[in-house]
Amino acid sequence: MTAIPTATLPRARRLSATPGQIALALAIAAFLLLFLGLPVGTVLYVAFTEKGTSNFTLVNFYDFVRTELFMRSLWNSFYVSAMSVVWASVFALPLAYLTTRFVFRGAMLVQTLGFLPLIMPPFVGAVAMQLFFGRNGSINLLLDDWFGFKIGFMEGLNGVIFVQSVHYFPFILINLSAALRNIDRAMEEAAQNLGSSGFRLFRRIVFPLALPGYLAGASLVFVKVFDDLATPLLLNVKDMLAPQAYLRVTSIGIADPMGYVISVVLIVASVVAMWLSALALKGRDYATTQRGGGGLARRTMTRGEAILGYGVVILILALVLAPHLGLLLLSFATIWSFSPLPDAFTTAHYARVFGESSIYIKNTLIYASIAGGIDIVLGVAIAYLVLRTKLIGREWLDWAASAALAIPGVVLGIGYLRTFYGITLPDGTPLASLWITIVLALAIRRLPYALRACYAALQQISVSLEEAAENLGATKARTVRRIVVPLMAGGILAGFVTSFSTAAVELSATLMLVQSNSDAPLAYGLYVFMQSAAGRGPGAALGVVAVLLVALCTFLSHLIIERSQKAKGMGH
Amino acid sequence: MAMNKLVLAMGFALTSTMVFAQAPTGKVTVVTSFSKDVTDPFKKAFEKAAPGVTLEVQNRNTNAGVKYLEETKANNQVDLFWASAPDAFEVLKGKQLLSAYKPKATGIPEKIGSYPINDPAGFYVGFAASGYGIMWNDRYAKAKKLPEPKDWQDLAGPAFYDHVSIASPARSGTTHLTIETILQGEGWDKGWRTIKEMAGNFNTITDRSFGVPEAVNSGQVGVGIVIDFFAFSAQASGFPVKFVYPTVTTVVPANVGIVVNGPNKAAAEAFVEFLLSPAGQEVLLEPGIRRLPVNPAVYAKAGADYPNPFTDPRFQKMIGFDVDKSEARTAVVDTLFDQLISFQLDALKGVTKTLHEVDAALAKKPNPQAKAMADEARALIAAMPVSEVQAASPELRGAFTGGKEKGARQAEVEAQWASFARDSYTKAKAKADEALKAAK
Repeated sequence: MTAIPTATLPRARRLSATPGQIALALAIAAFLLLFLGLPVGTVLYVAFTEKGTSNFTLVNFYDFVRTELFMRSLWNSFYVSAMSVVWASVFALPLAYLTTRFVFRGAMLVQTLGFLPLIMPPFVGAVAMQLFFGRNGSINLLLDDWFGFKIGFMEGLNGVIFVQSVHYFPFILINLSAALRNIDRAMEEAAQNLGSSGFRLFRRIVFPLALPGYLAGASLVFVKVFDDLATPLLLNVKDMLAPQAYLRVTSIGIADPMGYVISVVLIVASVVAMWLSALALKGRDYATTQRGGGGLARRTMTRGEAILGYGVVILILALVLAPHLGLLLLSFATIWSFSPLPDAFTTAHYARVFGESSIYIKNTLIYASIAGGIDIVLGVAIAYLVLRTKLIGREWLDWAASAALAIPGVVLGIGYLRTFYGITLPDGTPLASLWITIVLALAIRRLPYALRACYAALQQISVSLEEAAENLGATKARTVRRIVVPLMAGGILAGFVTSFSTAAVELSATLMLVQSNSDAPLAYGLYVFMQSAAGRGPGAALGVVAVLLVALCTFLSHLIIERSQKAKGMGH
Repeated sequence: MAMNKLVLAMGFALTSTMVFAQAPTGKVTVVTSFSKDVTDPFKKAFEKAAPGVTLEVQNRNTNAGVKYLEETKANNQVDLFWASAPDAFEVLKGKQLLSAYKPKATGIPEKIGSYPINDPAGFYVGFAASGYGIMWNDRYAKAKKLPEPKDWQDLAGPAFYDHVSIASPARSGTTHLTIETILQGEGWDKGWRTIKEMAGNFNTITDRSFGVPEAVNSGQVGVGIVIDFFAFSAQASGFPVKFVYPTVTTVVPANVGIVVNGPNKAAAEAFVEFLLSPAGQEVLLEPGIRRLPVNPAVYAKAGADYPNPFTDPRFQKMIGFDVDKSEARTAVVDTLFDQLISFQLDALKGVTKTLHEVDAALAKKPNPQAKAMADEARALIAAMPVSEVQAASPELRGAFTGGKEKGARQAEVEAQWASFARDSYTKAKAKADEALKAAK
């Protein structure tokens, strides 16, 4: 897919879109239809059919509304998602603000570490988290020993909120940081000249200008938590919507449409949430013309501020990285059972995974980078079409892509098998058995992340910069290439990193599509280990490898952002 | 002993030559839910016994595996399906995705305990057996001063409140069989009563079988209702866990079936034969696997403390397990469990807790009136929305099969059962509160 077709046709200023833009929109629509709409449609149409016949009906939705369990689940999902956004903001705001606004030693490290919670390898991450925060995890065992009480970190809905906000707050962190970096420092200086400072300055100037980034992250957290099934299931919370859908879709021998009905409800709710967050920004202009001044003026902290600042950052990082510390301990542990720390340590688990992990690592890197690449290309293109053209129905591209967030991985996996397995290559191998199918599934599943980041980045760019370029004779395509994309770089990279790293640990669709061990990514290798008592240590070791791998890539991309900002800053 | 070894050696030689005689070659693909610890030793041993064949293992959980075979049947690339849960094989058989095969291996009896080892119709064969039982974490039990459980009924006692974990029968074929065993052994109404009394002590109901041993291994939950090899392999890895077979247990075969239209039929058959050969059966004894061979002769190679379902009387107790009866109501039993227990667990636990308190108070100071009220509460909990006859009725089955005919929808039935359970538990809670007041 080429993102930006080089349309050199004469442009009619009054026309809503150039032919090139129309072609681009159609190409994206075709891609989404083929790899998202069609596969998912073949699975979900059951939700609209009558039992016993295949007539169209809405009676299944009537059943949904009438069932107390589903309505309770719906309400619980809303509650948990909203509260997770609140807590995720509490974790993300200080980290984002301190590292972008102050001269903060180790800002890059904080950004990288603050990003890690997003990469929680499946299964093993859950075990590590239980060992730390569970009802008989390290913390509760110590609390019980010393003070005689326990805290139900991981009990019930509050447990889900806790784990989800720790897990997904990086969405807010990364998007908000990108937005803060893009704020024109002149705005801040103007406010200061007019006498604003401190919290008022933040509340009235800085935060509102960064709102697109914050909302991009917050809406992602909301929708992701709403649609996530792994965490509730790990905590054995079943009365939420996504686990209900999953349990029904994957139960053997039950041909009940309710699982698919719930999936449809999930998709609708996610699209509505995205639409609402777009509505919140409507009619306001977040763009600033001056670019690349290195973002907000970085201030040095006073001694007191520094102690407070570092204290807060370290506290938050300690909390959100505890699961990873648990994972690390687990990977070196011999036996860890009902005790604050493992009985003894060993490196044997790493030795066991060493031989086979290289193929997994290679596959993961290839799959996740191609998927991330596809995502940012599509993300930039969709954001551009939605924000800069007046094409009819352009928002639908955005909503369709965002709907991918709500589709359970297993539904997408089944859809891919159903749609592409029948198509064979000349030598008889099914299309769905090629590894590129896994990549496409990953790209579709992670597209919303990149899309939100790109969208927010473009919202902050003033259209007058593009108009200036066009007035100077640049074509639309050239403007995009030379002006828009470079200015969006931070957001694009943020999108890539999010898509890449979450794709690297995706399992549910992958598990359906992996055809052989030689094509398998890390997450699959992890799954294979984590089904037995003896595999716990090696599984944790693989998990650590996955986390380190993604962390390294994230760190590198932060380095690039930082470098490019410095370079721009010097050009001034 | 020497004689046994000789027989084994001959058996091994026989199977090897037979495998050579057919001389299958190439790649044979198996979809399995077994972990790497199980598949790796088998892959190694099989490839040694049948040179020229490579075993390609595709790990998928049982549900995903079934769906996978279903979706890819038009262009099937898989030779074998290899998993524990017999019900998954039943589903595959029902969808005509398995081909019948009669193994040539000898020395394997018809039944293990009272469960037939092979599918009577010949579409899948059992290669290992496992019994259900109770596993607990020793450190946890010592810290919480839990008594050693011996039987299912023990788990209903007040000492185990909030300490027990189980996998949902709707998600775990083996748990389903345990529930069904209790129902068949004690009768529909009494059986559900036992199950619900036990369930009142549940801490969690997990959605995958391995979730239970995982929680017990790490000490998050004290006691788990699990299949034996989960406990044995955990012990072999050094976890401080113990295991006991209760007086009534199920022995369930783990199975392998040949997929219809597989690309490499000869090699698929060779693999089935290998699993049943003494060499293949012996792999089961490895510490990381620890499943019960279906060939009684192989137990000679196992240690003295290795459970032997062919000689151990505990496994013979469950007589007359009716497979057809079980099959006729699978979906109904699973859904009842979920609607009455899984999704109403908080309410059920609430009443159970109060009832435990009533019992404690009554033990100190007997009070017939309070006892009567507590019994009433227990009766309310035990009440079932459907009778045994209804459970197997075609109308109810039709609601779950998504069948061709019109009728009650699953969602409707579920909503009825859920509200029945909610009402009963609310009433029971009120009664139990009254009883507690009277008893104090």
